[in-house]
Amino acid sequence: MITLEHVEKRYPGTAAPAVGDLSLEVDEGETVALVGPSGCGKTTTLKMINRLIEPTGGRIVLDGTNVLDQDPVQLRRGIGYVIQHTGLLPHRTIRQNIATVPRLVGWDDARIAARVNELLEIFHLEPELLDRYPAELSGGQRQRVGVARALAVDPPVMLMDEPFAAVDPIVRGRLQDQFLEIQERLGKTIVFVTHDVDEAIKLSDRMAILNIGGVLEQFAPPETVLREPANDFVREFVGAERGLKRLALIAVGDIEVEDGPVVAPSATAGEARTSIEAGGFGWVSVVEGGELLGWVDHDALEGCATAGEATARPFSAYVTARDSLRQALDSIVTSRTAVAVVVTEGQHYRGILTLERISKEIVA
Amino acid sequence: MTVHDVLTGALAQGDTEPLIRWIWITDHVDEIVSRGLQHVYLTVVSVAIGFLIAFPAAVLASRHRWTISPITSISGVLYTIPAFAFIFLLLPITGLSLTTVAIPLIAYTLLILFRNTLAGLDSVDPEVKEAALGMGLSRRQLLWRVEVPLATPVIIAGLRIATVSSIALITIAALIGRGGFGQFILEGLDTFFWTPLVVGVVLSVALAFLADILLLGLQRVMTPWAKAAGVRAVAT
Repeated sequence: MITLEHVEKRYPGTAAPAVGDLSLEVDEGETVALVGPSGCGKTTTLKMINRLIEPTGGRIVLDGTNVLDQDPVQLRRGIGYVIQHTGLLPHRTIRQNIATVPRLVGWDDARIAARVNELLEIFHLEPELLDRYPAELSGGQRQRVGVARALAVDPPVMLMDEPFAAVDPIVRGRLQDQFLEIQERLGKTIVFVTHDVDEAIKLSDRMAILNIGGVLEQFAPPETVLREPANDFVREFVGAERGLKRLALIAVGDIEVEDGPVVAPSATAGEARTSIEAGGFGWVSVVEGGELLGWVDHDALEGCATAGEATARPFSAYVTARDSLRQALDSIVTSRTAVAVVVTEGQHYRGILTLERISKEIVA
Repeated sequence: MTVHDVLTGALAQGDTEPLIRWIWITDHVDEIVSRGLQHVYLTVVSVAIGFLIAFPAAVLASRHRWTISPITSISGVLYTIPAFAFIFLLLPITGLSLTTVAIPLIAYTLLILFRNTLAGLDSVDPEVKEAALGMGLSRRQLLWRVEVPLATPVIIAGLRIATVSSIALITIAALIGRGGFGQFILEGLDTFFWTPLVVGVVLSVALAFLADILLLGLQRVMTPWAKAAGVRAVAT
């Protein structure tokens, strides 16, 4: 979809190029993050794609045509563009802001109105925001409007420059989740710049790690970058906790869970005690017809004939197949039972995850 | 006879004359109206032509920064020419016409209008301009749809100063009979009859106030978004 071939940007009067010789290919429907330290040319690279910065060498092919052969104004109308502080026009209402590109390309009023309503729904924006000015919105709302505006004419390609950097961490997390959800639905080809490794790991299909001067150190899915950093630069750049960051990328459903010690309520106290010993955790789960009732230990079984008579205590936290191993790990280290209990959506017992099981994934 | 002599003479001889004789006003309504129209006409023409020159100059300067210094120098030199001198320099060329008055007035507005327009264009957030270009606005669309609307409050601030100072300056043109309300002021000084002087001063000042308020109102109407931005700026 987007191919950079030996792209170069030199500024007159500087010895070293901002981007030396960068080649990169972005597939259709893929989200690629450009990451790297200041001066690595990531923003320059992004802006060369829509020619806000003119390359001094090489070719950038978008959808089969060299962007350098196209009229830059027409080119940009076909590419969504989002920047850090959104760049919403302060003198235009939200409605007018979203309608900017549709108007430029000559859509009629009815079509624009229909599209604006559609975008409101996609981005969970309240209709009463439409007639306000950008200054009257919160940072998070403005950011969503910025992305909605970029998608107004439904361009196949989006370029985003630090799209979530200007909002606080809580809002950022929510916007990132929403971004993933929307991207899953729309399947755009997206190139975004970030200085935040965690954001790149969370949002991208592949991350391009750039060194000073636009040197491409590694271009691979986040999982690969974390497991096999290409060199010391990448290792240092992705930083500490590589193992933990990788865990965040693996879902509980992706790995096999252990059965764990389980008894039915009808089991005798003796059977339950045997199960506790065999499990080695000091407790046993009580499961009736697939439904998890809780856990019992030796003390709870005191004076009971069956496991069902004992008071089963609930687990403090559960994880589901969709949670990440990082969340499972958190559940393990904070629970008294020293395991993460895996359940399905309907509280149906699936098994347990132990610290050992998870650390096997880290070293794998 | 210098202005100083006129004033001291007037103060000495005219101290028995009351400041205002209402009968004079009712007798001179037609003249007051025609002088007023001349005053307004000269103001509007001067500021409008001044703006027509200063605006493109400011757009040029915002695109090509090196032109700022020469444009500022030229308009700055014009601004320093004393009004009397300016008018008398033009007399051999343009005679006692309105042009002789309008040219200095236009020249004096240039510095203010150029500086304010440029400051307005420069005050537009670079991020907003970048986003606008990134969405596919052409340079021309950027200017008319983004930069000029956002620069409007600062541009109008410049127009207000230029208008009010033009209204004040026009009174000087009474020396060649083209001074609007200034004519009454001169007449009063010449004859030690205070009524026209008071009328001329009061109406000049009133006109300046009125023009200022009209332009301020125009700005409010043209920039409804500025209110929203202002509220926020105070709140954060």
